[in-house]
Order: sequence, then C-alpha cells, then structure tokens
Amino acid sequence: MKILVCVKQVPDTNEVKIDPVKGTLIREGVPSILNPDDANALEAALAIKDTEPNVTVSVLTMGPPQASEMLRECLAMGADDAYLLSDRAFGGADTWSTSNTLAAGIRKIGDLDIIFAGRQAIDGDTAQVGSQTAQRLDVPVVTYVQDIELQGDKVIVQRQMEDGYELIEVATPCLLTAVKELNEPRYMSISNIVNACKKEITVWGHEDINLSPENCGLKASPTQVFRSFTPASKGKGEMLNGTVKEMSTSLISKLKGLHVI
Amino acid sequence: MAVKIVAEKCKGCSKCIDSCPFSAIVMENKIAVIGDACTGCGVCVDECPFDAIEKTDETVKKDLSDYKGVWVFAEQREGQIMPVVIELLGEARKLAAEIGTEVSAVLCGENVDSMTDELFAFGADQVYFADHPELKNYRTDAYTKVIKEAIEKFKPEIVLLGATHIGRDLGPCLAVKCDTGLTADCTKLEIDPEDKKIRQTRPAFGGNLMATIICPNHRPQMSTVRPGVMDKAEHVPGRKGKAIKLDVSFEDNEIRTKIIKMVKETGELASLIDAEFIISGGMGLGNPDGFELLKNLAEKLGGTIASSRACVDAGWIDHSYQVGQTGTTVKPKIYFACGISGAIQHLAGMQSSDYIIAINKNENAPIFEVADYGIVGDLYEVIPTILEELNRSS
Amino acid sequence: MIFNEQHELIRKLARDFAKNELTSDVLDKIEETDIFPAELLKKMGKAGFFGIKIPQELGGSGSDHRGYAIVMEEIARESAVASLYVSSPNSLGGGPLLLSGTAEQLEKYLKPVVTGEKILAFALTEPGAGSDAGGMTTTAVEDGDCYVLNGRKTFITMAPFSDYAVVYAKTDMSRGTKGITAFIIDMKMDGVSCGKPEHKMGLIGCATSDIILENVRVSKADMLGELNQGFTNAMKTLDVGRIGVAAQSIGVAQAALDASIQYAKDRKQFGRRIADFQGISFMIADMATKLQAAKHLVYDAAYKKDTNQNATTAASMAKYFASEICNEICAKAVQIHGGYGYMKDYRVERLYRDCRVFTIYEGTSQVQQIVIAGQLLKK
Repeated sequence: MKILVCVKQVPDTNEVKIDPVKGTLIREGVPSILNPDDANALEAALAIKDTEPNVTVSVLTMGPPQASEMLRECLAMGADDAYLLSDRAFGGADTWSTSNTLAAGIRKIGDLDIIFAGRQAIDGDTAQVGSQTAQRLDVPVVTYVQDIELQGDKVIVQRQMEDGYELIEVATPCLLTAVKELNEPRYMSISNIVNACKKEITVWGHEDINLSPENCGLKASPTQVFRSFTPASKGKGEMLNGTVKEMSTSLISKLKGLHVI
Repeated sequence: MAVKIVAEKCKGCSKCIDSCPFSAIVMENKIAVIGDACTGCGVCVDECPFDAIEKTDETVKKDLSDYKGVWVFAEQREGQIMPVVIELLGEARKLAAEIGTEVSAVLCGENVDSMTDELFAFGADQVYFADHPELKNYRTDAYTKVIKEAIEKFKPEIVLLGATHIGRDLGPCLAVKCDTGLTADCTKLEIDPEDKKIRQTRPAFGGNLMATIICPNHRPQMSTVRPGVMDKAEHVPGRKGKAIKLDVSFEDNEIRTKIIKMVKETGELASLIDAEFIISGGMGLGNPDGFELLKNLAEKLGGTIASSRACVDAGWIDHSYQVGQTGTTVKPKIYFACGISGAIQHLAGMQSSDYIIAINKNENAPIFEVADYGIVGDLYEVIPTILEELNRSS
Repeated sequence: MIFNEQHELIRKLARDFAKNELTSDVLDKIEETDIFPAELLKKMGKAGFFGIKIPQELGGSGSDHRGYAIVMEEIARESAVASLYVSSPNSLGGGPLLLSGTAEQLEKYLKPVVTGEKILAFALTEPGAGSDAGGMTTTAVEDGDCYVLNGRKTFITMAPFSDYAVVYAKTDMSRGTKGITAFIIDMKMDGVSCGKPEHKMGLIGCATSDIILENVRVSKADMLGELNQGFTNAMKTLDVGRIGVAAQSIGVAQAALDASIQYAKDRKQFGRRIADFQGISFMIADMATKLQAAKHLVYDAAYKKDTNQNATTAASMAKYFASEICNEICAKAVQIHGGYGYMKDYRVERLYRDCRVFTIYEGTSQVQQIVIAGQLLKK
C-alpha cells in the first residue's frame, strides 16, 4: 500500500507578534514548523504503516529549498521518502495554483492508495488545497477527518461536523484531510533522525513535473493580494479599581447603565 | 499582481525586509531583491521610504461581462436553512445594490420547495433549486456537480458560501471545477466603486495580518464567509421571487462517498454563535473544573460557556466550544474572557463582541488591550462576587 | 561546525519533548510523590533517549556523544531528574556493557535497557570508597562455575527499582585497583537487597539506596569483561559519564538563566524593572557569559569523543567547569528572585537544590582537578 502525505512548512503563527509601535509583524525568531494539521495527517499515515504490512509512506511539499528541513523532520517521524517541489516559478501561488502543482507532483509519483493532507495550514487557514488537489486528480475527497478505519480497499472515516460527525465510506484511492482530533502526532525518534539524515530528498522543478511556468505560482493564480494590513486594535477600555467587591459592583452597575443586562 | 524593485531608487535601507510578512526580500549588493516566497501582498510598497517598490499588473484582461448577479449557497441541513445563509443574503443584498444586480440563492436537497419561500423572504430574487434524493444530505461530489453545472449555465459574477464545514468543503471543489479563485473565511466584503469587482478581506497568519484579496480575471468571484460576522438579512414574510428548477441526474458511482450515519454530539454550537452572553475560560482556570464556575455565571445570564484554544488542546473541553481563529467566531452582547491571556488567534474570534470584559490575574495580559472593562484579579474570587452582585441586584 | 543536521533535529526533538511532556504539573507531581511516572519513561524510550549513542544493531539509535549531550542538556533544562533517567542507560548503566559485554550479554542485558523495558544500575561506590574506588571491600570469590559476592554498595541511583546492576567487586584483595572485576547481577537474585531510599536534597523522583550483597552467587557467564579488568571498565564509563553531568549542568544553568531574565523583566521595584538596575543586569551578563563558555567546553568534549580524540582532559574540564558554574548561576538566580526565589512556588528553588550534586557525583570537582592536573603534569 502506498500512502502520500502532503505537508507544508509554515511560520509558527502562535509565535508571531505585532510590533506595538509600527504595527508590523515581528518575524524575527519565529520558527518554521511542520503545519500542525499536516502532522496529524502524517501520523495517520504512519499509524497505518505501524499496523498494516507493506506500507510505504511518502511526504510531499511545495516550497522553497529550506522546506527540506521540514521534510527531514517528517522522515525522522518515520516517513520512508520525501519529495520537494521547488522552483522559482512556483512562488506566490494561491490555492488554485498550489493544488495544480501538487497534483502534477502526485501524478509523477503515481499509484497511490491514500493521499493525506492537513485540513488547513496555520499561515493561511484556507482549507482549500487538499480538496482542490483531489479535484485535479479526480479522486474522492473527505475533509475534516477525525477517525479512520481501513476495510480492504475501502476506508470508513468520521468526518467532523460542527455538532457531531458523519460516518462516511469511501473507496481508495482517495484524499483525506486531517483535523487535530484525529490523533496525537508522534515525536521523531533518534534512530529515525539518524536514518533520515542519510536519505536523499527528491527535488523537482516545473519541468520535472511537466508544468509550464505559466501554469505555476503567482502567474497562474486567479486570486491576488490587493493589500495587506495589520488589524486595528479595538482600543483599550477601562480598568476597574478597588477590591474585588468594589470592582464587581462597579461592573454590574456599568453594564446595567448600558442596558446590556 | 506582483511587486518589483526599482533598482535606481533603492537605497538599501532594509526597511522592506523587516516589513515583509513572508521573509521574501533579501539584500544583494545593497539592493533589495524579491524572492520566491513573495505573494505580492504589497506591504513593502507602503513601507519603502524611497518609492523604490512598485506593484505591477501583468495579467491579461478577459471578457467577463457575461457573468452577472450575486449568488448565495443556501446550505440546508435536515431541511433547515443554516443561519449563515441569512447573513450571506444580507451581505449579498448590499453587494448587489452597489453593483446594480440581483441576488440569487442556490439550494440543493430533497423536497426543498418549502425552503424557497423562506429564501425569498430573506431577500433572494431568484432561487435556483435542485431536488433529488441523492442531495438530501451534503456530499462533496453530488453538490459540486449540481452547482458547477448551474454556475456554468447561469454565470453568476459572485458566489458566496458560509465557511461552515460544508461550505469549506464545497467551495474549493467548485472553484477548481469552475476554474476560478476562492477566498476563504472572509470577514469583510466590499465592491470596488470603480470596476465593481469584489474585494474580499480575510485574516491571515492566525489573525496577525488582514489581507484584501481580489479575483480580477476569473469568474465567478468566490468567497466563503465566516458565520457570525455579517448582519442578517431582514425577514419580509410574503416576499416573492422566481424559483428556477435545476436539472439533476447522477450516473452510477458518480457520487463516490456514502454516508453510513450522522451522529450528533453536542447541541452547543448553535447557541455559541447565537448566544448573547458568552462566558469564556482560558488556561487561567487552572483545571477543567473551572468551567463549572463559568457555567454558573452563564446560567445566571442566560448565556453559554466557551473556551480558548489552549483549554481545548489540553483536553479540558470539547473543541466545539472553542472561540477564535480556528474555532468559532462569536459576537455576543457581552463576552467575558476569564483567565484568557488574549492571543491574537483568540481575539480574531471575539473582537467584534459588543462588550468585552476581561478578568485576569496578569495586569499585562493582552486581553486587557481589547477589553471594555478589565478586572485584575483571581477569577475564582471575582466571578463568585459578580454572581453575588447579580443575585442581589435582581 | 560542531553540530550537523542530525544534531539540530535531535535538539528539536528533545526540546519539543521536554516542553510538551515535562510540564510544571508533571514535575510538581514528581516532586510531591518522589515517583517518576512509568508512562513518561515509556515515552522517553520510544523517542530513543535510552540508547542515543548505542549502535542500531544493539537496539540503540546510532547517534553519538554530541547527540547524547544535546538530549541531556535539553531534558535537564526542564527537569534535572528526568535527565538522570536519560543518563543511566546511556552512560553508567549501558556504558560498562557496551565497553566489555559479550554478544550474549549485550543481547540479554543491553537491549532491554535501551528500549526502556529494564533498568540497570551502576554499583561502584561504597560507604568507605567514594572517590577512592580502589579502596572497595566488596568481594567476589570463585566457587565452581560461580562467583560469590559479599559487600555493600552505597548511593546507588535507581537501585530500589532496578532490574539489573553492574557491580564492581574485589577478586584479588592484594592488587588494589588491578584486582577489581565487574559482574552483572539480577536484582531479584537470592542475597541481593536494597537499603532504604535516601532522603536527598534534590533530584527528587529517582530513588537512591544501598545495595547489599550477601552470598550472592553470580554465574561466570555474567562476569563483565575480563578478570581483574573492572577498574578500567569503570573509569572509561565515568569518562563518558562526565560529559553527561556536564550537559545536565548547562541545561539546568540555562533554565536558571531563562527564569532570571524573565523575572528581572517582570519584577518591578522602586518603580522600575529590576532588570534596569545594574546590580541585577551585570549578574545576568555574568551568568550568560559563563554559561556560554561552559557550553563550548561540553560540546568540545563530546566532539572529541566522536572523532576518536583523547577526551579525558576535555571531559573532566567540561564536568568541572560546567557543574561549578551551574551552581553559581543557580545561586545567583535565587538571589535575583529575592525572597520569592527561596519559595518552592518558584522554579529556581528546585534548580538550586537539583544542581548541588553536579559537582559531587561521578567524580567531585576535586577529582576532576586531579584528572586534569594528572594529564598535564604526567611525566
């Protein structure tokens, strides 16, 4: 059984701070990490590898050369091999363009039973690339997967809904996008790290995956960023003073005065 | 749209490097160079003191004039129109008025006739509806096929979907099938007064950055919109519109997923979005039992409890209670943030509450920056006292 | 470059693990109960922390001394006692086996220790023989296909819950250090018992006790290494052990420095952050500088080991300097925290107690001085 996991290297947005004076993002010291939902996707693949015979798990990403650091981490978690789609032409891609490039890479890898992706990446939070990649590959997709059970050439998954879940049956090959409730991603292990550092990461540019530069990156993206700005802060209100009792009384009377309670 | 450096003007000051949210700029021979990671966001353009960075528009214009009207995906579950649809209809009406066009809803399901009247009452001029047993419950392949065909046939210029677990599944598939762009999780939509195209604003970088996205050369322009953000459409009983039935047929195996069963786990979500009072807890609770205290206050006010992401991650409370960038967006009358430090991701989900009250031990907690009223203190002392005061005064 | 990609990933793993698993809740519970959770040991074993530099053929991870030092540093940065559990199988427990074990012994004893299934203690010290290991009085007398062991080992880390122990005993009373042989014993054997766990100042959560040997019959198959070669085995083991303690020291010192910097920025007196007072800020500058120097000594010693250079002096220097400055940094950290630093609510209180033993165990600072001087001044 061949499983592919689509992953992305993202800045840890939890570590991003805003410069209070300039109102700009402080990027310095913000680590690049394996996107959290993608770690759940990889764990799902590795869990299958742990229990089923003859499973290979590959990881695929599109990104700059330094994304290989993250791929190395995926190998150190237990993936068998790694592919990096890296080319200047891929830069500035929106989800349309990204899914197009990923699908081309996946076609070249070929013959996959299950493709996993994270539901969404924390730098964009779009939750589009998984579904769109599946559309391009013409395989069924189930998003928001929170539980997986293999049954021969079928997969029974729980698709998370806002108020519960749907139990869905889908035949392989298929693409599943993982949410964090699916599992607890494993740590790397030292022996896997040692072995991962001996592995080659396959790097492909646009020609390797038969894409012309016009169909990649910013050029092929239907959406464009018109402008970016830091959100305006609502502004600080009033800090209440005094004892707990005084503050509570004051709060209640203020809220009553505003007719909100 | 892309960004380019005007080499003659660049003084090598590096300000653009610091400003770039994507670390896409490097200095080579004291001149800024835009790298692969550039998304053309344009932050650097404004930052450059020497006007040495320019935006370039190199895309070709296509004829897009065939596309007309604003569509709303009328998501229904078990025969009920989702609340976000009413918000979308309200927003669509505003957009349509600015463009000078009509609002349509597109509805899929089984026995949906009764729902069309409701959509008219909330402002749809037309309802395109598909009625088929296979459409009873949402499935990606079935809905994608039906709506894609409708879009190709009727050519709307804008399609809005709620950013629900269904809308966020359907939207991306439709966008690829219709060969167009999609902007996810929008919090603000505007029409460019000049070219009448839509500007879609959404949080990125976990809410640290807002980006306004355009889709200039592809149609339809598609957005998913966060539930709870837009104002609801006015309900005008008896308002009429035109119902247009869509042809539906499926071949064998065309719908590749099968729903075995649907399981409801919590009934809290609807009340979280609609709640007028939300008592939300963070890691400052110290332990999961703290939510019991919050429940007391919630019950007293007739509201509900909610949580920051950290508590969900710690396994203290179900994820359906999570408010924030990756949880639910809420805008209650009063949002109590108890022991929540106020990470930007959390603020993104509750900042538009009418009144925010923060209770935190740490006087420097960022939550106080957005709070209307701040109380520095131990929530285990403050909340019981507030409860006492409420009981006394009522 | 001292570190390569492998080492960077190992640091990331150890740091992530320590931050996620060694949370203050977990550590407070350990401190309160004196019990280290078995679940946590299992996770550490799965991550490969117990066989870092042991070859993969022997069930280990196949990394090196730098990898080992990094894990020790990053784990100790969150919990000194947790790092003790890392050091044991890699160093004092696994070390003697790796140096002298036969294929059968490696299979039988080392493999389960590396995976974390079994715990193996290192029993050298005696009540009357600390730094002077040659003065030990535990005896092993040949009797048929066995040796019969009698004596008492003291301050044996993890003894109460160990499965096995490497015990050093005199096989020839007339030859001093040249009459010592190493044996592997099963702690469940007849005649083996443990004293009551010691009440220690720090490193709570890792019981330490005596091992008492009364006519313990050890099969000759469980003799480790050759007859009368035990002392060399012990000394070589301690050579590696020193790098481990040195790495623990820089980890704990880093934690003390981090806590001090944070506190100095948060705490306000006389209307200012205490960081704005030179009395505090210079202390922090001093702590950071010495820590940096110690780190270089530790990494250098590990690098020398990995590149098959003579590392004896480097390891002793690293252990000596790092453990001393760790004590200095932790003392200053308590000072910066003022009265709060004396309270158990603040982390530096524990750091201060935990690090005290670093200048003592696995060769006191004075023994390290003897080693360093001896290397420099030998004829």
